[in-house]
Amino acid sequence: MQELINRAKELLADGTVARVLGWKAGDLPYNPEPAYFETEEDLKDFVYNGFCGANLSKYMIEASKLEGKTMVCLKPCDTYSFNQLIKEHRVDREKAYIVGVGCKGKLDIERIRKQGVKGIERIEGAEITDDAETLKIQTIYGEKTIPYADAMLERCHVCKGKDHMIFDEQIGESKETKDAERFVEVERIEAMSPEEKFAYFRSELSKCIRCNACRNACPACSCRKCVFDSNKFDSSQKANVDSFEEKMFHIIRAFHVAGRCTDCGECSRVCPQGIPLHLFNRKFIKDIDELYGEYQAGADTDSTAPLTDYTFEDAEPSIVGKRG
Amino acid sequence: MQRIGVFVCHCGSNIAATVDVSKVAEMSLMEPGVVHAEDYQYMCSEAGQAKIAAAIKEKNLTGIVVCSCSPRMHEATFRKAAERAGLNPYMVEIANIREHCSWIHKDMEEATKKAVILMRAAVAKVNLNAPLQAGESRVTKRALVIGGGIAGIQTALDIADAGYEVDIVEKTPSIGGRMSQLDKTFPTLDCSACILTPKMVEASAHEKITIYTYSEVEKVSGFVGDFTVDIRKKARSVDMNKCTGCGVCQEKCPSKKAPSEFNRGLNTRSAIYTPFAQAIPNVPVIDREACIKFKTGKCGICSKVCQAGAVDYEQKDEIISEKYGAIVVATGFDTINLDKYDEYAYSQSKDVITSLELERVMNAAGPTHGHLERLSDGKAPKEIVFIQCVGSRCSDDRGKPYCSKICCMYTAKHAMLIRDKYPDVNVTVFYIDVRTPGKNFDEFYRRAVEQYGVNYIKGQVGKVIPQPDGKLLVQGSDLLDNRQILKEADMVVLATAIEPNPDVRKIATMLTASIDTNNFLTEAHAKLRPVESPTAGIFLSGVCQGPKDIPETVAQAGAAAVKAIGLLAKDKLMTNPCTAQSDILLCNGCSTCENVCPYGAITYEDKEVNDHGIRETRRVAVVNNALCQGCGACTVACPSGAMDLQGFSNRQILAEVDAICR
Repeated sequence: MQELINRAKELLADGTVARVLGWKAGDLPYNPEPAYFETEEDLKDFVYNGFCGANLSKYMIEASKLEGKTMVCLKPCDTYSFNQLIKEHRVDREKAYIVGVGCKGKLDIERIRKQGVKGIERIEGAEITDDAETLKIQTIYGEKTIPYADAMLERCHVCKGKDHMIFDEQIGESKETKDAERFVEVERIEAMSPEEKFAYFRSELSKCIRCNACRNACPACSCRKCVFDSNKFDSSQKANVDSFEEKMFHIIRAFHVAGRCTDCGECSRVCPQGIPLHLFNRKFIKDIDELYGEYQAGADTDSTAPLTDYTFEDAEPSIVGKRG
Repeated sequence: MQRIGVFVCHCGSNIAATVDVSKVAEMSLMEPGVVHAEDYQYMCSEAGQAKIAAAIKEKNLTGIVVCSCSPRMHEATFRKAAERAGLNPYMVEIANIREHCSWIHKDMEEATKKAVILMRAAVAKVNLNAPLQAGESRVTKRALVIGGGIAGIQTALDIADAGYEVDIVEKTPSIGGRMSQLDKTFPTLDCSACILTPKMVEASAHEKITIYTYSEVEKVSGFVGDFTVDIRKKARSVDMNKCTGCGVCQEKCPSKKAPSEFNRGLNTRSAIYTPFAQAIPNVPVIDREACIKFKTGKCGICSKVCQAGAVDYEQKDEIISEKYGAIVVATGFDTINLDKYDEYAYSQSKDVITSLELERVMNAAGPTHGHLERLSDGKAPKEIVFIQCVGSRCSDDRGKPYCSKICCMYTAKHAMLIRDKYPDVNVTVFYIDVRTPGKNFDEFYRRAVEQYGVNYIKGQVGKVIPQPDGKLLVQGSDLLDNRQILKEADMVVLATAIEPNPDVRKIATMLTASIDTNNFLTEAHAKLRPVESPTAGIFLSGVCQGPKDIPETVAQAGAAAVKAIGLLAKDKLMTNPCTAQSDILLCNGCSTCENVCPYGAITYEDKEVNDHGIRETRRVAVVNNALCQGCGACTVACPSGAMDLQGFSNRQILAEVDAICR
């Protein structure tokens, strides 16, 4: 972390960048938040640890409009989102100084809580430089230890890899955290009967309070004006018609990001209700892989995307229909 | 608020027998904006149209809904009627209560309910309709014919004779197509080459016709009247302008092991070759896969023996880009692959052949120089069995569900020709039905049976078993005598089903022309527009549309030409005003619409916008209305809903859905 701060200071001092986009400490040990730092003084609040899960690439849409360059800290998985935003002409590559930061898997406070850890005062082992395999957590009830892997976000168990897809320089080492198959959960749902699927999604989506956190965090949900906020289509009213239609929001959102979603997992990470929203997107990714060949959105900035491109080898609609 | 009139058609009893039409009219009066409703026996008739015109004037209607047949049938009729009465034609909506309702339902109460719902959807849309004005586009007075068989040649000749330029694109090195492979033609038994080659010569000599052989359509853009087509002229490795067609290169070529496509692989050809002696153009091509020079770098004999210096190993594919007003598809057919019909032992015995292969065997220019002989040992056959419907009229997914239409007649022809030339050969035909509906067709078949003594057995063959002595044991059934038959044969000929040329899928996709489940191109109307594709400016000629014999193909080729001429004769076309428009305040500038637009109608520009007081320069989509064809691909691809289609706006479509779900 100190290396990162030192470099940020240098870049600010020599005028390479006008600001730094990173994370600052929150009021609790596990809730750092995205922040801009414009001076050396500001950087005293800068943190980068296991709880810095937030994907900062989306902030670059607004930062691209500002004067001067912005140093942005991107984890390997965040760089896919950044590439996708370049492809969609939403961010200006020239306005970003990308520091590819190392990552050893990001932590999920909800998973820690689920393991009976309450009244957290201090957490050791979440530092990025730590090689600790376990987290030491000081609580008001005493010290608890949890294996680091057991406290990781779901997305880190199916990590896309240690490589940054785009960067100007790299700081810090990354660690292999993949220990699960990406589509296992999707396959489990695919195996359900239509009635079971309906019941499953209904039960999950009924928890939604329409706080829009998923939409606000999602780098693919970057429309200037969301169709749900526009009076042009009457869709916002429609989504409130009955208890099920309200959940149409998520289905429509999944369709809107299909083929563009990099599977960064921010939707599920930020959901205060713990809805596994990423599963919708991952189902689309799995279908795209199977129907049109493996495709990873954001792996580059210039390839054609399967859903907005046509080749003679494309799957026939009838096959798509049969697969359900 | 609109003032809407609803007109419900009985379509004689087509609609009225299943839908309570007066109820539909009555219910429509409860819909918002509807001020007039009536039903009538035939709305499309002059009297019906007069009723619409009268109501528009009397009730000051601003929009109308006609509940009738498919808009494909009469939308244009009703739009014109409305226009004559002073209404903008785009204020007319059709609720299809015939194809979508009365024809597919039996229960009157249910069908009426559905008709009311369809009417509601149309009313909901008209409430949001706005008058639209059509523009004009130019017509390029040149036609493209894809495929140089008899269909393509005839279409090209007819168009050219009317005074328009025509280009033929043919994939193989020569025009002529399947017909050039045939020996004799039914029902007159005249020689195929004798009637085809003069037409080939006529086409190649015609000053209005340009022929691109060994060429393929690579890319199609544009729209009716103004298509741009990229044609790939594959490297022939022989200079068309220098070659004299002397044929020495083919004689001297040391690589003679490539299977001859023209003789269906029954014999071989040289690596530098013309497919057949009467090929047009009479300029060989080098098959680079078979050529020793291309494979090893050594040889070059053809170049050495060519007096004209025409051989050019360095030649490269060339892309020609040309503009056309009309495109005719004449891609023809091939026989199906017989891998799934192993019971007939096609892959096991050389003496089991397809009928098209028999054409080559019986042809003087074929692999056996016209002598009927077994391909395994060259012996004269004494007993020949023909099996009909191999892969045609098939109920499982091994073959084709349709009748290939030509097999009954060509089998009668083959049987008759064999019995005529070799009276000592016994000919047996196993058939399901003999289908001979055509001028002089049944007489022809009866001659085969009565005059030439061909043995027709109603029944299918279950298995053909090659015997150790080289004979073929045919196991079949005789349904009329109700007995099983075991018959020894020297040769078995399979009337193999025909299917559209496999390339047609690719071509249909490029042309955005629809194809059916059997890969035949779909016509705009099965009865009334049989030579037009539903895609404007695309016409269909020959077997690409459905199985046909030569007379039918030639007739359809002429009909397709007439339709193309009708288009080329126009100087200007009315354009569709239902084009896309981008809302610059909603546009993200993401280029998704640009990627999916098949017409290249969308570009991106940096524009100054004022978004609720925020002034900034944004990258936004701009639609060229002259190029946009209103397909709507951009509107569904746009994530923010910035792209919208005039006449089919997102809001209108959602209003229709809402009305249906109400």
